[in-house]
Amino acid sequence: MNREIRRIALVVTAMLLSLMVASSMIQFSPGEPLRAHPKNERTYLNSLDRQRGPIIALGGDVLARSDKIDDDYSYQRVYVGGELYAPITGYIAVTQQVATTGLELLENEVLTGTADSLFWTRVEDVLTGRKPTGGAVEVTIDPAVQQAAWDALGASQGAAVALDVKTGEIMAMVSKPTFDPNALAAHDPEAALAAFTALEADPAHPLYNRVIGGDLYAPGSTFKLITAAAALESGQFKADSLLEAPDALELPNTNVTLPNFGDSSCAASGQMTLAEAMVVSCNTAFGWLGMELGPHLIADQADKFGFDQEGLQIPLYVTKSVFPRDMDQAQTAQAAIGQFNDRVTPLQMAMVAAAVAGGGRMMKPHLVRSERDADLRVVDEAVAEELDRPISTATAAALKDMMVQVVESDQGTGRRARVEGVAVGAKTGTAETLKGQPPDVWTVAFGEAQGRSVAVAVVVEDGGSMGLDGTGGKVAAPMVASILAAVFR
Amino acid sequence: MATVLPAGAKPGRWAELLLLVCALGLSFFAYAQVALAVTGSLPAQMTLHCGGFTALALAAHLILRWRAPYADPVILPVAVLLNGTGLAMIYRLALRYQESGLDPGWGIAPRQLIWTGIGLVAAVVTVVWLRDHRSLRRFTYTAMLLGLCGLVAPLVPGIGVRSYGAQIWIRIGPMSLQPAELSKIALAVFFAGYLVARRDAMALAGPKLLGLQLPRLRDMGPLMAAWLVSVGVLVFERDLGTSLLLFGLFVVMLYVATNRPSWIVMGLMLFSGGVLAAYRLFTHVQQRVEGWLNPFDPDVYDKVGGSYQLVQGLFGLSNGGLFGTGLGRGRPDITPLAYSDFIFAAIGEELGLTGVIALILAYLVLVERGFRIALGVRDGFGKLLATGLSFILAFQFFVVVGGVTRVIPLTGLVTPFLAYGGSALLANWIVVALLLRISDGARRPPPATSEIDLRPVLEAEAARQAKARAVTEAVRPP
Repeated sequence: MNREIRRIALVVTAMLLSLMVASSMIQFSPGEPLRAHPKNERTYLNSLDRQRGPIIALGGDVLARSDKIDDDYSYQRVYVGGELYAPITGYIAVTQQVATTGLELLENEVLTGTADSLFWTRVEDVLTGRKPTGGAVEVTIDPAVQQAAWDALGASQGAAVALDVKTGEIMAMVSKPTFDPNALAAHDPEAALAAFTALEADPAHPLYNRVIGGDLYAPGSTFKLITAAAALESGQFKADSLLEAPDALELPNTNVTLPNFGDSSCAASGQMTLAEAMVVSCNTAFGWLGMELGPHLIADQADKFGFDQEGLQIPLYVTKSVFPRDMDQAQTAQAAIGQFNDRVTPLQMAMVAAAVAGGGRMMKPHLVRSERDADLRVVDEAVAEELDRPISTATAAALKDMMVQVVESDQGTGRRARVEGVAVGAKTGTAETLKGQPPDVWTVAFGEAQGRSVAVAVVVEDGGSMGLDGTGGKVAAPMVASILAAVFR
Repeated sequence: MATVLPAGAKPGRWAELLLLVCALGLSFFAYAQVALAVTGSLPAQMTLHCGGFTALALAAHLILRWRAPYADPVILPVAVLLNGTGLAMIYRLALRYQESGLDPGWGIAPRQLIWTGIGLVAAVVTVVWLRDHRSLRRFTYTAMLLGLCGLVAPLVPGIGVRSYGAQIWIRIGPMSLQPAELSKIALAVFFAGYLVARRDAMALAGPKLLGLQLPRLRDMGPLMAAWLVSVGVLVFERDLGTSLLLFGLFVVMLYVATNRPSWIVMGLMLFSGGVLAAYRLFTHVQQRVEGWLNPFDPDVYDKVGGSYQLVQGLFGLSNGGLFGTGLGRGRPDITPLAYSDFIFAAIGEELGLTGVIALILAYLVLVERGFRIALGVRDGFGKLLATGLSFILAFQFFVVVGGVTRVIPLTGLVTPFLAYGGSALLANWIVVALLLRISDGARRPPPATSEIDLRPVLEAEAARQAKARAVTEAVRPP
């Protein structure tokens, strides 16, 4: 009997040892996939329980910080930046039913102090016995430019973004309407959830960051920059190549024509150069050009600028802009002037302007300048990174001249974007949404002075303050001017 | 049937007292720590809790000195430590439930403390009443009857209660009991008594198959009966855990009694057949297996009866990491039923891997002590009973903790001594009392040579030698 008892005892020992192995694998696995699991409420609660690092603007202004408070959560998140910075900071609520967004989400590991870059800080914390605190995130936003963009948009709905052409740093990012992240950071989970539900139900979508997401916009005539780029890159056209510019363009296999804006005439002769067509934003000339080039050349050029490419992060997720595929000639003509099914983000259009101003080099846009430890010592710093070269230097130079003409010429649609002492180039757009509805109006621009170059995109929904009479040149171009004036103050 | 004689067995009562003081100290430290971390002050019932628990544990110790002086000195302290840890953890969860307003209102902490008292008293009564474990053999068939009654009782209309999908409770007045917990002990007694009588017959060789010596077909009856009872428990009470435990217990005891590995092989085959059939027939078994294999699948996770609880338990364990969050500083209450089925996850969260390993080692010590008693005791009945009881403790722990740590699918059983549950606590204290009683028999030195009066023998020998010498001298020439 004893031999059998010993064997059973051995089996039982093995069973209990297997429990030790299993526990070790769960509790002490180096990868810690369980802790990082999105359903893991405990990790979330733990992150609320420690002092989260601040988010700071260029120059040191605090946009978000955690204040010690004597309740269930130890720290109250305060969004000093409020509505002005809401699309950038995002928010973190005390309940996971309100999903974390913005830099609070994408820089969470730095802010909680669990990022790889803060490894040595954690070691230091353990050695010195200091309570672990989160690191700081410094953003690239210039508060003066951000404020100028906010003021420029005024009461209108829309978005504005400014990019440093040489580095890709995002200097301003405004989306309207917006919201107060402090309401969502309330320590009463019910109140936070109620605020969130109300914002989500708002038909104006204040939670959208319209610069990089939301429902996107039709680019309107600002897309002509891409059509022109495709034409120049194809080698078949130059800035002074003559385009057909009838008063109304016949669309093949349809019984409709493509008119000019306000049914005006671009040229008495019915022909004009590419540069002239750009200055007055001639629809029939670019519609004709689109059909000459065909959908593939334009699509390829759009893709080089970043259309239809998933995965751009700044580090916020940027929704991809789309140029439609499988179009016939009539659709191609419309898509070439930014109508039909083209959908873009303002950031994408600013990147197009930046590539033009940057001599064909398109830098990766980014929002985080540096990651710092709790003592604000830099642990990781952003470096300028080239995303792509969508156009040649020659094409960039030709387009740049055209954009400058759009502003400098007295017939130019962008003349209201002029800024004293700054070389400004622009392209306006007035995108029809539905017949009878006010258009979404655009200006995409760059400004150069003092050795710096900054690209800007502004979109204003429903014609802004001018409603049905609104155009890109009248509504958006002056906003671009005030933003550029703030940049080169 | 060889026995292992304890080398110079010492009663070890002083060692037991020392270990007992340590176990009580640790338990009370944990209890105080919990309240300090959660509320900032010592528990309201600190004196009552510590005083009552200490008095009962010391009473048990003194009774052992009086009635079972050779009993194993490690078992009682380990059981007290586990019980005390469980009490502290249940109290910790009760505090959190009060705080979050989720308190079910039936005071899990005081109830468990009362049941601890009842359990310890039952253990003491068992040790006092049962002077020699061999006398249990007389109740072999009574035990069978009691055991089966306990299994059937929850099915009797009027007293049976259905809860969490299993029909394993009976309600008598204000008390709910799980009679199957006590049935386990009764059936272990029955199996031991039955097998020790029939072991010779059941060990006889039957046909040979694939190099395996099978028993005679006519001896298959008892195994089939045990299997049918287990299947009955599964089908009628939906209690997979008890079903597996009873069948496993019988097969293990049968193997130890007969020496025949073929019983294990046949048991495993029947077991697999039963499990396969259960998987096909019962959705709750399918859900458990599904939750075990793909707990993170969003569909499985969100489904009613899905893997939410298991995954939360895993999150809790991982939150604990190497050293735990500290008592009262984790969030074990997020896991449903953290005070009963998932108490291991709760302990793992707050005491970490370190605490968990210590806990598993404590079980290992307890169970291996049990097997050691089985080796040491001289009679076959005692060997079988000690093996069976130790196996009951080990198997329950393995099934629950294995379920929580994803070694096996989740099955409902109570983690002995740790989890909330009065019937189980009572039953496990009786198991410990029986092991203590058997160990007293095992370690008590046999009537030693020094204690027997050898003088007559020696004198007779001296006389014989003297006589022989005289004869030799008489024969030898001078």
